[in-house]
Amino acid sequence: MVAAVPLLFASLGELVSEQAGVLNVGLEGYMLFGAFLAFVVAYNTGSEMLGMLAGIVAGAGGAAIMALLCVRMNLDQIVVGIAIILLAEGATSLLHDAAYAESRPSLDAPSELAIPLLKEIPILGESLFTQNVIVYAGIALAFAVGWMLHRSSAGLSVRAAGERPEALDAAGVSVVATRVWATLFAGGLAGLGGAYLAIVSAGSFTPFITQGSGFIAIVIAMLSRGRTSWTIVGSVLFGLSLSIATALQLIGVEIQTDYVQMLPFIVVIVVLVLFARRSYLPSALALPYVRGEK
Amino acid sequence: MLKASLTAIVPILLALGCMGILLAVLGREPFTFYADMFQRGLFEWEGFQESIIRSAPLLLIAAGLIVAFRANLWNLGGDGQFLLGAALTAGFAPSLLDSLGVWPMLIATTLIAALIGAAWTIIPAVLRGRYGVNEIVTTLMMSFIGIGVANVLVKGPFRTDVAGVARTDVVPFDERFPLLFGTRIHLGFVIGVVAILAVHLLMTRTSLGLRLRILGASPRAALHAGLNPVRLTVIAFMLSGAMIGLSGAVEILGVQGSFRADFDPAYGLLVIPLVFLARLNAIGSLVLVIVFSVIQIGGESAAREAEITSDVLLVLVGLILVFMAVIEYFRVNRGLGTAFVPPEVADRIRPPGGDSPSGSGPAIGTGEVMPR
Amino acid sequence: MSPEAQTAAAGPLLELRGITKSFPGVLANDRVDLDLRAGEVHALLGENGAGKSTLISILSGMYQPDAGEIRFEGRPVEIDSPRAAIELGIGTVYQHLTLVPTLSVLENLMLGSHGGRGKLDFTAAGERFEQLAGLLALSFSPSARTGALALGQQQQVEIMKALWRRGSRVLILDEPTSMLTPQGYEELRRELEHLKADGLSLVLITHKLHEAIELGDRVTVLRAGRKVGSLAPSELQGRSESELSARIVEMMFGEQAAELAGAVEVEGPAVTRKPTGGALGEVALELRGIALEGDPDAVGLNNLTLELRAGEILGIAGVDGNGQRELAEVIAGQRRPSAGEVRLFGEDLVRLGVREREGRGLRYVTDDRLGEGVVGDLDIALNAVLKRIGSAPFWRHGAERRDEIDRFAEDLVDRFDVRTPDVRTRIATLSGGNVQKLLLAREFAGEPRVVVFNKPTHGLDVRTAEFVRERIREAAAAGLAALVISTEIEELVGLCNRIAVMSRGEITGEVENTAGAEERIGSLMVSRTGGGS
Repeated sequence: MVAAVPLLFASLGELVSEQAGVLNVGLEGYMLFGAFLAFVVAYNTGSEMLGMLAGIVAGAGGAAIMALLCVRMNLDQIVVGIAIILLAEGATSLLHDAAYAESRPSLDAPSELAIPLLKEIPILGESLFTQNVIVYAGIALAFAVGWMLHRSSAGLSVRAAGERPEALDAAGVSVVATRVWATLFAGGLAGLGGAYLAIVSAGSFTPFITQGSGFIAIVIAMLSRGRTSWTIVGSVLFGLSLSIATALQLIGVEIQTDYVQMLPFIVVIVVLVLFARRSYLPSALALPYVRGEK
Repeated sequence: MLKASLTAIVPILLALGCMGILLAVLGREPFTFYADMFQRGLFEWEGFQESIIRSAPLLLIAAGLIVAFRANLWNLGGDGQFLLGAALTAGFAPSLLDSLGVWPMLIATTLIAALIGAAWTIIPAVLRGRYGVNEIVTTLMMSFIGIGVANVLVKGPFRTDVAGVARTDVVPFDERFPLLFGTRIHLGFVIGVVAILAVHLLMTRTSLGLRLRILGASPRAALHAGLNPVRLTVIAFMLSGAMIGLSGAVEILGVQGSFRADFDPAYGLLVIPLVFLARLNAIGSLVLVIVFSVIQIGGESAAREAEITSDVLLVLVGLILVFMAVIEYFRVNRGLGTAFVPPEVADRIRPPGGDSPSGSGPAIGTGEVMPR
Repeated sequence: MSPEAQTAAAGPLLELRGITKSFPGVLANDRVDLDLRAGEVHALLGENGAGKSTLISILSGMYQPDAGEIRFEGRPVEIDSPRAAIELGIGTVYQHLTLVPTLSVLENLMLGSHGGRGKLDFTAAGERFEQLAGLLALSFSPSARTGALALGQQQQVEIMKALWRRGSRVLILDEPTSMLTPQGYEELRRELEHLKADGLSLVLITHKLHEAIELGDRVTVLRAGRKVGSLAPSELQGRSESELSARIVEMMFGEQAAELAGAVEVEGPAVTRKPTGGALGEVALELRGIALEGDPDAVGLNNLTLELRAGEILGIAGVDGNGQRELAEVIAGQRRPSAGEVRLFGEDLVRLGVREREGRGLRYVTDDRLGEGVVGDLDIALNAVLKRIGSAPFWRHGAERRDEIDRFAEDLVDRFDVRTPDVRTRIATLSGGNVQKLLLAREFAGEPRVVVFNKPTHGLDVRTAEFVRERIREAAAAGLAALVISTEIEELVGLCNRIAVMSRGEITGEVENTAGAEERIGSLMVSRTGGGS
């Protein structure tokens, strides 16, 4: 469950971004930026909240690079995305090493909030409904994003930007501005996911802490087909498969972590093979928009 | 030609400069760092040989990437293909060595590595060729699966009986790739260079290479010219995977001698910026890979001296990519003029001197992905 | 007050004066004047490339003019973005639909309202929908998925969208009837009447003569970027359609107009000249009952039947976008029809791909030179052998024989007078005319038996265009069967034995190239129902 949370945040953000036509290959990078800065701030201020906020800012910062180079300057989204990942991996590792190599600090146990009644449910209740505040916020956020996409003017613009940017432009809304906001949104949420990873899940920052979650989040976003309910399901499923090793151990089954780690990716491939004919992606994804060009 | 070299060098210089600033901010001496780096990587004979040795698998990866990228196919599964090739090589080598002897073992394992690399691209290739499924996702997924499978194999059936950390049996030093002319450089380097040259010839002088380039430059023209996009996609992917798988074999048979569990130098991702910097030109990639190897070997040593993590080089590579993209932007935009033309008048205009709107492969600046 | 009196009383709502706009290499609008009045349909008539689309793109804020001024109700204004145009009350219905197919009708209509902020008010939108639905005879609900609607219905959504904002004053319609059925046309006509009565000023862009006359209260004719004439309401009323047609044709093609435009000359002698036909040979190409589902936003083919004999030049006339390209691609092998057969000298081509058909002597000269015909980054020589990759003598065992390729290319360049320093230059640097000559040379090489030409002289200067036509005539005289697709009636008449007319994916009729053919073709092109010659 815990593993699902960063995935949920990152994929929600990416969902919005992809709906607007921006593919954040560098999502992993935003998460790393977020994780690192969140840890640093939380460690130095002792405040979880500030740490989370810092994570959002850091992630959005990473996304700003993407927004500038790709949305504004129309550079190739994939190349820039790879660059961001490399930069993030390198920079966070570097800074962590420079500051904490010897000390190897970690944070105190994260705060938890228990939901009164639901907590009493036998077996699952205790673990499922005693979570950090952020988790509840995340679920609420998923519904909020869903609402936004389908019931607000901004969401409508986002969906048009990804499907047919010419229509949005003709309607008088700035395609570039819409996409920039969507990208920053993805960055901020991914950063928050990274922050959760560092503060709540792991309790400290280690280089490459995200372990491919960013890529899984991209896939979840793609498979969600624009509906946030699928995003929640996807995040839970993948989160489960990531942490299933420990869960199985509790039940007494021993399976090598490697098998288990591969599981989500295998699932994706299987899904893609089975459903290859249905296209999941907005038509104008990863294509820059230039006014007047057909 | 000269201009191309300049546009390749400038991003590197800018990135080095930026990193210098970063080092200074962290309280390290940038000039000392760079001095150490080039001293070790280039000027010291020992170090230079290390650089060459490091470049061997990278050259193969570069060759593999070029074949795919030129056809506008994003093979991002390099890591998985590399590790699988390495794992199978390391796994089979000891037993083949016993039963067949050195040279048959060397040949057999390299073949096996190439085959597994190629096989690993089939699913993404078919999904992309026939159904237009985004190959970025599929190759990445296969890559993660591949990494997992490699580890499972090494911790399981291929595991050595020797107690200790999980790894395969070590192939004795004498039975690995032979060394060249009394240096420490092994045959793998030659294989790498040959691969690059072969890819160069393939892309510039053969019918298959031309077909792949057309597929990448203009899928519509490819269709008009009677090419078969599905077949070409699969061929490109499999060639790419084969070479990257082979690079894994080179790493094992040339350097490591065995596969240690959780080994993952992530070469696949690192080489990507280099081939782009070389504008997907094979010979240019050769030069850049060697330059990068020098930087990497030298940099690892300099980093140790400066008491800083070697991951700092990741930052360098990322910066190179960013600067390269930005410079490309300025290059392309000076030729901007016809992007804003309404379709009805487009035909009445002289064709532009720059790119046509139907895309020019993964070259930076057009940002186009193959239409579905 | 009667409509005429009303318009006479008020001054123009929107005036364009001296509008000039150029793009690299071409002058799209050359000092154009236009007056739009409330309660009036102003038809803007001109052929493809005349500058109509550019002009209304300026009106709708997509482009800004290089020179000239725009006045709205007498005040000078600047329309610097689509938003500005919308603020002024100018709504545009574009030719290439700007609706998002995956969204519902209501969502498309709400796109961009409130400047893209705030909650979507579905109730208010629903009410506005009902309001406007009264004006247009709608047959779908606001929650329908836009992509699933028929083209005519989508167009109605576009019109609604253009009127959505209250206080619309001007409605611009760009080629609205190009995809409409006869019933759709009638509905549109009724809608225009309603909108006029509501006080809107309507601008109708079209290249169909009869439409301009029928639907327009005032007509302005554009040619090669310039305004070459206009007809006021007083001149339009009381004259017969044929009289008006004649006057407009004179404006567009007449001596006077030609001098003003300075571009294309009317080919006096060429019009009457017909190909020196020998006896025609056997049936070279045959299409029976071809059906094809078109791409989204494009037309498919429907029960198409054609016959072409050796030595014959068959023309395909019709407005662009009525299935001509799909027809050519089916013949060439780039598309597979869902029904029907294509036979080359009796042989069924269904299993054969592009290369195999070429091997049997069937070639296709595409109209999309740069996007499809050649690969811009490659040099001329490689483009010359683009369709023969891997074949001897240019490739031996997969290896390129550069000298053979160069020699072949040089020969082509020579025979077809392609202007280039050498065959190793990048083809993208060549002018359109030279690229076309190379394409011709390429397809003519190897003695083809049947060639499909798609708009072979499009965008070429007069000399090159005539050169192309001469080559086609020569080849036909030597036994080639040629299918020439063109939007220029005069060209077809000067070239072909027979001319078939395509409309909405079907052949609406065939015309023998005898006296009066132009009129018969023209009437088939603009006819609302099909019809014989």
